[in-house]
Amino acid sequence: MVATEVRPARRSALGRAAAPYALLLPSVLFMLALFGWPVISAVQQAFTGTHGGATQNWHDMVAEPHFWQSVRNTLLLVVVLIPVQFVLAVAMALLLRERLPGRGFYFYVWSVPLAVSDLAAGLVWLSIFTDNGYLNSALGWFGVNPVEWLSYQNASTMFLAVFLAELWRATSLVLIILVSGMQMMPRDYEEAAEVFGASFWQRLRHVTLPLMRPSIQVALILRTILAFQAFAVAQALTGNEFPLLVGQTYLWFAGLNDPHVASAVALVVLGVSMLTAIGYLVMLRRPDRSQGGER
Amino acid sequence: MSIAPPAPPAPPAPPEAPAVAAEPLPPVDRRPLRRRRMIRAGQQVAAIALTLFMGVPVYLIALAAFSSRAELNRFPKALWPRDVSIDTMRTFLHSTGVVPSFINSVEVGIATLIVSLLIGAPAGYAIARYVFRGRDGYQLFLLTARSLPVVVLSIPLATMFLRLNIYDSVLAVTLVHAVLALPTTVLITASVFVAVPAELEEAGMVFGCTRFGAFRKVVLPLSVPGVAASSIFTFVLSWNEVLAAAILTLNNRTLPAQVLTTLPYSPVEFRFAGGFAMVVPSLVFILLMRRYLTNMWGATIR
Repeated sequence: MVATEVRPARRSALGRAAAPYALLLPSVLFMLALFGWPVISAVQQAFTGTHGGATQNWHDMVAEPHFWQSVRNTLLLVVVLIPVQFVLAVAMALLLRERLPGRGFYFYVWSVPLAVSDLAAGLVWLSIFTDNGYLNSALGWFGVNPVEWLSYQNASTMFLAVFLAELWRATSLVLIILVSGMQMMPRDYEEAAEVFGASFWQRLRHVTLPLMRPSIQVALILRTILAFQAFAVAQALTGNEFPLLVGQTYLWFAGLNDPHVASAVALVVLGVSMLTAIGYLVMLRRPDRSQGGER
Repeated sequence: MSIAPPAPPAPPAPPEAPAVAAEPLPPVDRRPLRRRRMIRAGQQVAAIALTLFMGVPVYLIALAAFSSRAELNRFPKALWPRDVSIDTMRTFLHSTGVVPSFINSVEVGIATLIVSLLIGAPAGYAIARYVFRGRDGYQLFLLTARSLPVVVLSIPLATMFLRLNIYDSVLAVTLVHAVLALPTTVLITASVFVAVPAELEEAGMVFGCTRFGAFRKVVLPLSVPGVAASSIFTFVLSWNEVLAAAILTLNNRTLPAQVLTTLPYSPVEFRFAGGFAMVVPSLVFILLMRRYLTNMWGATIR
């Protein structure tokens, strides 16, 4: 009698302990098969090839005439884009908190690009920057001669176009992350700071931004990694005139039919992304620690 | 300004009160008020400027997509609808490969959300309801997975799919998109299940449901809106994904892959119409989802 009572109880306790793992199992297997394995395989692929030794792919990669240009463009885009994007997103998030009339509409318009692909964003801005596009038309009314914004001869305006398209498209993501972080932030601290006479900038610098650090950190990492993956924007706006790293991968795979070198370029993207993510984690943690040390 | 408000009758007035009321009040300093109004106006102007920056490109691509070919070739173009025609859109939709790729995109999107929900929702439930060893590790694993560039996955997977004979199929693209969507699906469904009180589920079990029965009859109906939100999100992710789709397909392109690969030799009007066709779903998506947007990110990102 006693034994029959204990046994089901024990089984259910065991079942309860195993239940979460059983629920996780499909996702873990799925990820290992389609995520873990490909990463390992990419490394393998990058170091083996149909011709030459282990480093041949990397030689080919670097020897491609646009490779260094693509590295430079990618880095330049990330370095210029991310700070501007964050300043803009913080300003937008703060504005949304002010409960302006029409706030719901603003939020809607500001978050629309969140669901726009980078290819579509490139095409949207193509309609503006193309030679007989809307920007030149608008300038024409002021008597300004049309500018070839996207010509390979005007490297700086080409960059400007890609930059604006990316700024337009991806600021929404940062905004959404920051706004959701702000929603969980108590306003008491800022109100206290205001009562004690802190100016707007003082409050922003010493109260609001530090409180937003967790969401800023997440947004920075996510956004930078995504920025390294920018590719279709430039493709849509300039063809191959503004090479980016991921574009190089695509070129090697689809255009030159060499998955080995393509994997090598992909690993470069991966390496750079990982390094930046780690860099951010270290950078954004340090102020916290030093403050802790002062106290 | 010096008129004292009619005093409520009940409380006995303190002795100082009449003296204060008798003294004329100093003139009201309106400067802070004016300053506040100025700030308010400044904020409104800034908000409108930002809205123009975000909204005007959408307007312009719509304008381009609905202009006639003659209007598109004219210069300078008008910034208002001058020569409206649906020919550009019609040409785009009738171009080879566009309709099939559109259908492929829808199929891949729906298949992706089904696969990622079937695999991801149980994991989300486990994270929401159980405390177990490896829970944090699993979440960290998901976050790492989410931040990995798609390129790294696409190329080895292309090789693998070629070997498995599923390259250039809806299935191949679905699998990659499901991998991309899975971390977000798990985290969003976890946050949805957390929001359903465990007490309700326990009550169901007290009244004789099995654990699964309680899940099906109590938790599932309550979590439908959140899960729907997560599915729409997954669909949009798949709908927008360009690179993996372009690498993994050859003839059975999705819409973005089709537009991307035909870009070099497509006329301008095709590009504008394609851009507009890809922007429209996002307008609808954000309209439907704007309530959920911040909740989704807020609850999932720690």
